[in-house]
Amino acid sequence: MTPTEYEYLRKFLRDHSGLDLSADKQYLIESRLLPLARKAGLSGIGELVQKLQGGSGALVTNVVEAMTTNETFFFRDKVPFDHFRDTIMPEVIKARAGRRSVRIWCAAGSTGQEPYSLAMCLKEMGAALTGWRVEIIATDLSQEVLEKAKSGVYSQFEVQRGLPIQMLVKYFKQTGETWQINPELRAMIQYRQLNLLHDFTQLGTFDVIFCRNVLIYFDQDTKINIFNRLARQIEPDGFLVLGAAETVVGLTDTFRPIPDRRGLYKPNDQRAVAAPRPAHASAPPRMAVMAGR
Amino acid sequence: MKTCLVVDDSSVVRKIARRILEGLEFEVTEAEDGSKALEICQWKLPDAVLLDWNMPVMDGFEFMGHMRRLPGGDQPKVVFCTTENNVAHIAQALSGGANEYIMKPFNKDIIADKFAQVGLIPVGQAFV
Ligand SMILES: C[S@@+](CC[C@H](N)C(=O)[O-])C[C@H]1O[C@@H](n2cnc3c(N)ncnc32)[C@H](O)[C@@H]1O
Repeated sequence: MTPTEYEYLRKFLRDHSGLDLSADKQYLIESRLLPLARKAGLSGIGELVQKLQGGSGALVTNVVEAMTTNETFFFRDKVPFDHFRDTIMPEVIKARAGRRSVRIWCAAGSTGQEPYSLAMCLKEMGAALTGWRVEIIATDLSQEVLEKAKSGVYSQFEVQRGLPIQMLVKYFKQTGETWQINPELRAMIQYRQLNLLHDFTQLGTFDVIFCRNVLIYFDQDTKINIFNRLARQIEPDGFLVLGAAETVVGLTDTFRPIPDRRGLYKPNDQRAVAAPRPAHASAPPRMAVMAGR
Repeated sequence: MKTCLVVDDSSVVRKIARRILEGLEFEVTEAEDGSKALEICQWKLPDAVLLDWNMPVMDGFEFMGHMRRLPGGDQPKVVFCTTENNVAHIAQALSGGANEYIMKPFNKDIIADKFAQVGLIPVGQAFV
């Protein structure tokens, strides 16, 4: 790969997905894009770059998706989900007792483990949420991971990462070597393709936003820009949850960390006017009404 | 240092498990079947048992039953590690007193995850 080609791809990826590659990630590009180029019948990275410059739509998507890191697992890092159960939801339940509805956004849901972990947490809360409308929206840049997330089918290896065995038995059905999460939990989640670099005001406002292990790939300005826009989609008393290696500190004052609750943030008041709740006009969102048990 | 008893009739599996567990800072002892494991437990109970199901002489499920009835036998965390990968076996293990369940093949990530799950190691402990 020539330096010019590398620079082209760096900029291309920054523009399309926010991915911020340092000057020495040639090996990463080659390991991910060479197989893709070969599959498309191209001789190598050089020809791939030419095709991209020529503006080949399908190829653009494939290149962008091939360069994303989709690694995830159930109850990743555990602590955020303990906070969700012990801090976030009790507060939300109190604050929303009047309207009995909660909206949660997984802003980089990948193959579904994170939104399903939240769904399982909510199910485990049982009676406390009976009669509540619960909306979980999971978005991701990559259509491919969304398809997998929707299917809710996981390999034996995947269901052994982070998922307590009791939860596997309770919420999954085994078919041969794979495990599928129950329809009831699948129905709690609505999946949408969304690039965080683009406008997301149409999603409306949320009580809880999980945005974990995606901002780490972006440069500082992009992070700040996304934090500021997230602040407009969150209720004044809502919660933002970031990944273990992510923080708002030193980047923006639209959010502040919650003391003793690692990874949890609250919006600050001086944020811009909140976007309205979504008009449920186009497609009726799948809103699971929690059944009693 | 926490102790883990690895019970499996395959010496290869025991060796792989030992390497992983030592990486997680466990002191490891090995047994090749349930009855040998029980002898060790009667002498001294470990903090954790990584337990195969199908073994000659005494299988893992039977061993667990005996071990759980020893004085203090409710303390060790029992993590099954077996090729039996169906819900019936998992449910049986859990109701028989198992704390976690690994379906073979396994690797270090799965062992670390499952051991963290039952509180044997801190969540997200990195390998040294
Ligand atoms: C490492 S995964 C994190 C998954 C999950 N949140 C977790 O913490 O386990 C990162 C995900 O972010 C997605 N992603 C990358 N760039 C994105 C962008 N610009 N907009 C939306 N999603 C993006 C990737 O497709 C990938 O699925």
